[in-house]
Amino acid sequence: MFGPLTVKPKNSKGDKTGSWRTLVRPNYLHQNCIACRMCVMICPEGCVSGKEKNAFSVDYTFCKGCGLCAEICPKKDIAMVSEDSKDQKQA
Amino acid sequence: MENSPLFKSGHTACAGCGQAIAARLVIEAAGANTIVANNTGCLEVFSTKYPETAWGVPWIHSLFENSAAVASGIEAALKYLGKKDAVNVIAQGGDGSSADIGLQALSGMLERGHDILYVCYDNEAYMNTGVQRSGLTPFDTNTTTSPIGSLSSGNVRPKKPMPEICAAHGIPYVATASAGFPQDLIRKVKKAIAIKGPKYIQVHVPCPLGWRHESNKMLSVAKAAVETGLYPLFEYEYGALAARRQITPKPVEEYLKLQGRFKHLLNNPEETKKVQDIADNNIKKYNLKLETQAPGA
Amino acid sequence: MKEFLEGSHAIAEVIKSCQPGVVSAYPITPQTHIVEDLAQMVSNGELKSQFVNVESEHSAASVVLGGSAAGVRVYTATSSQGLFYMQEVLFNIAGMRLPVVMTCANRAVSAPINIWNDQQDSISLRDSGWFQLYAENNQEAVDFHLIAYRLGEDKRVMLPVMVCMDGFILTHGMETVDIPEQEKVNKFLPAYKPLYKLDPENPISLGLLADPDYYMETRFVIQETMREAIGYLSGISKEFSDVFGRDYKDMLVEEYRLKDADKVIVAMGSVCGTIKEVVDEQRAKGKKVGLLRIISYRPFPYARIYEALKNIPKVAVLDKAVSLGAYAPVAADVKSLFFGKKKSPKVISSFVGGLGGRDITTETIHEVFRRLNAKEANFDFVDLKPELLKEEYGE
Repeated sequence: MFGPLTVKPKNSKGDKTGSWRTLVRPNYLHQNCIACRMCVMICPEGCVSGKEKNAFSVDYTFCKGCGLCAEICPKKDIAMVSEDSKDQKQA
Repeated sequence: MENSPLFKSGHTACAGCGQAIAARLVIEAAGANTIVANNTGCLEVFSTKYPETAWGVPWIHSLFENSAAVASGIEAALKYLGKKDAVNVIAQGGDGSSADIGLQALSGMLERGHDILYVCYDNEAYMNTGVQRSGLTPFDTNTTTSPIGSLSSGNVRPKKPMPEICAAHGIPYVATASAGFPQDLIRKVKKAIAIKGPKYIQVHVPCPLGWRHESNKMLSVAKAAVETGLYPLFEYEYGALAARRQITPKPVEEYLKLQGRFKHLLNNPEETKKVQDIADNNIKKYNLKLETQAPGA
Repeated sequence: MKEFLEGSHAIAEVIKSCQPGVVSAYPITPQTHIVEDLAQMVSNGELKSQFVNVESEHSAASVVLGGSAAGVRVYTATSSQGLFYMQEVLFNIAGMRLPVVMTCANRAVSAPINIWNDQQDSISLRDSGWFQLYAENNQEAVDFHLIAYRLGEDKRVMLPVMVCMDGFILTHGMETVDIPEQEKVNKFLPAYKPLYKLDPENPISLGLLADPDYYMETRFVIQETMREAIGYLSGISKEFSDVFGRDYKDMLVEEYRLKDADKVIVAMGSVCGTIKEVVDEQRAKGKKVGLLRIISYRPFPYARIYEALKNIPKVAVLDKAVSLGAYAPVAADVKSLFFGKKKSPKVISSFVGGLGGRDITTETIHEVFRRLNAKEANFDFVDLKPELLKEEYGE
C-alpha cells in the first residue's frame, strides 16, 4: 500500500501564485523591445515568454508582481502599473 | 505559453526571490539529463509541496544536510548502471545546509571525487526558519540570532571561506556567482557540467524578506555586493585562482544602504569601516580592481 | 557449499551473491569485518559493486538511500553509535519506501562506551519503519539477508529491512555455514526492478513536503504494509525452503519444545542457542520448559505470539535491551498483546540481561526459570554485581 510518495511533473500545474499580487503588475509596452530576453531570464517564476521583438508576455496566473523584469529591461519597455490601473493586461 | 519545462511556474517562493531565479537558471543550464538532490530549505519547501512539483527533472529531497551524500549514491548507482556519462548529477542546498550542517557530507563528496556539481545558494542566513545566522552570514548582519543590541552590532564573524575550503580539496572547479549576473551564472554552470569530477558553485542570492529590501531591488542589491568587493566573483581550477570579475570598487555603503539588515551601520562609521576593510581585503586578495579605468570614470 | 568460517565473512559472501550495485559503509566495531570483506571482493573484481567509502554513517545511509532511489540494489552495515548516527536517514529511507537492506551487528550504546553485544541499538530504532529480523546463528544470519532482499523489494512491500545479528557472538564467531550457491540465489532473488526511480527518461520528484493534509496517510500505509507483510513472510519463507532446503516456517517466531510447557522464555537472537541447551537439559529431567524465539521483531507478530503463549502458565521475557524508565521493550510488547484477551499466561515476568556483553550463561537461564516460581518480575536485571552499585557522590 502506497500513499503520498512521488509526483510527476506533468501532474502538477502548481499554485496560482498570481493571486499574490496586491499592488502592481508588469505592463509590457511593446514599443522599444529588442528581444534581448533579459525579462525571461530574470523572472523568478519563469512565467515570461516570447521570441520576437515587442511580442513578450507574462502569465498573470503566476506573476507575483516582483518587478524584476521591469528593473532589468534595458529599454524601459516594461512598466509596473497599479493592479487597479486600466492599462490593458497582456494575455 | 512558453514555460520552462525544467523549473516551472507555480512554486511558492517569495516575490523577487533570488534563489528561485538562480535555481531555475542552474537547471536550465544543466539541461534535462540531470538528476537533482536537494537539501531541506526554502528551495525544497517552495518547489515541492505535495502533490505539486516545480521540477521537470528527476529530483529528490532527503534531509537537511545530506544532499551531497545522496547525490554520491545516485552517481555511484549511475556508474554501476553504466549511465553516468549520459546523466548529470547536481546536489544543492542553501548556505546553512552547505556550509554548516552539511559541510561534512559535502567535504566527503568532494574528497571522493564524485562527478557531481554542488550548488550552494547563499542567501546568508537560515531563511526557511526565519532569518537565523549561519556560517555564511556576513560580518555585522542583523539576524534573529545575531540581533543588534547595546552590546552588539550584529553577527560577530565574517563569512566562512567556503569557496576556498572547497578549492582546498583540489577539485577541478570552484566558482562564485550571483543572481545579479545571470549570464555569468549560466556560463559557469555549463562550464562546470562539462568538467568531470566534483565541482562547487556558490551563488549569491538576495532574499528580499531576510535582507529587507523591496522585491524589485533584488538585482541592484546583488550587483552592489559584487561591485563593492563584498561578494567577489571568481573561479578556482584545481585549487588555484583562475579568473575573477574585475570591478571599479564602490564604497560598501552603496551596498549596505539598500538593505534593512545593515540599517544599523549607516550612521556608524566605525563599524562601516570594518565592513569596508573586508571589501578591501577581497579586492586585494582576488585582485579585483580594474587596472585601466573606463574613460570618464 | 558448507564452509567453516567467521560470521562476518559469511555475510559478505551472501551479500556478494545478492549483487548489490552500491555498497557504502563506515567502520565501526563489530561490523567492520563484513565491509572489509566486501571491499576486498570489489577490489578483486569478484563483486561488481560501487563501494563508496564515506566519512560517516550518516553519509553511508544517505549514499545507499541515493543509490536505491536511482534504482539499484544497495547494502550497508553498522552497529551501535553508527546506527544511531544513521537514525534520521533510516526513518527517511522507510518514509521514501526504499528497499535498502542493512546488517546491524548488535552492540551496546554509549555512555559508557562499550563495544560488546546487546540489542539496545536496533531495538531503539523499532519505530523507524524498518523490518527487523533477528538471527540466532550464522546460518540464519546468512539466509535472512536473502529473505530480506526478497521481502523489501516485494512490490507489495517496498520497505527497508534490517538483519540483526549479535555482535562478536555471531559476527566474529566461527561456525559451519552453508553459503548459498549463486545459481540458487538467482532463482530465489531475481534482479531488482524498482517501482519508481530517479530517471531522466521519466522524471519524478521524491521526498516532497507533506503538510497536515497528506502526512498521516504516509504513516498509515507503512503501518498497513507492515501488518500485511506478516502474511507475506511465510510465502517467501516457503519459497526459500523450496530452493535452499532450510525451513524457517512463517519467519515470525520459532516454537521450541512449547508443547505442554508450563514455563517458557521469550527471547531474540543468539542467546536462544543457550536457552535451547538449558531447555533440553531441563526437559531431560522431566521439567516442562520451552522457548519462544521471536524472529520478526518489526512487524511484531502479535497474533502468532498469542497463539503460541496463550496456554502457557508462566512466561519470562528476556530482553537484551532496556527502555530506561519503562518496561523492557520486548516484554512490554508481549505483555500488551494479552491485555483483554480471554486466554493468557498467569505470569509474564520481565528480565533484562546481557547488557554490554555481560555473558548470559546456562546458569543465567536456569536462574530465570527459577525466578519464574516467584512473584511476577518487572525488568529484573539478571547477573547484576551488587558490589558495583555502591559508588556515591557528594556528602
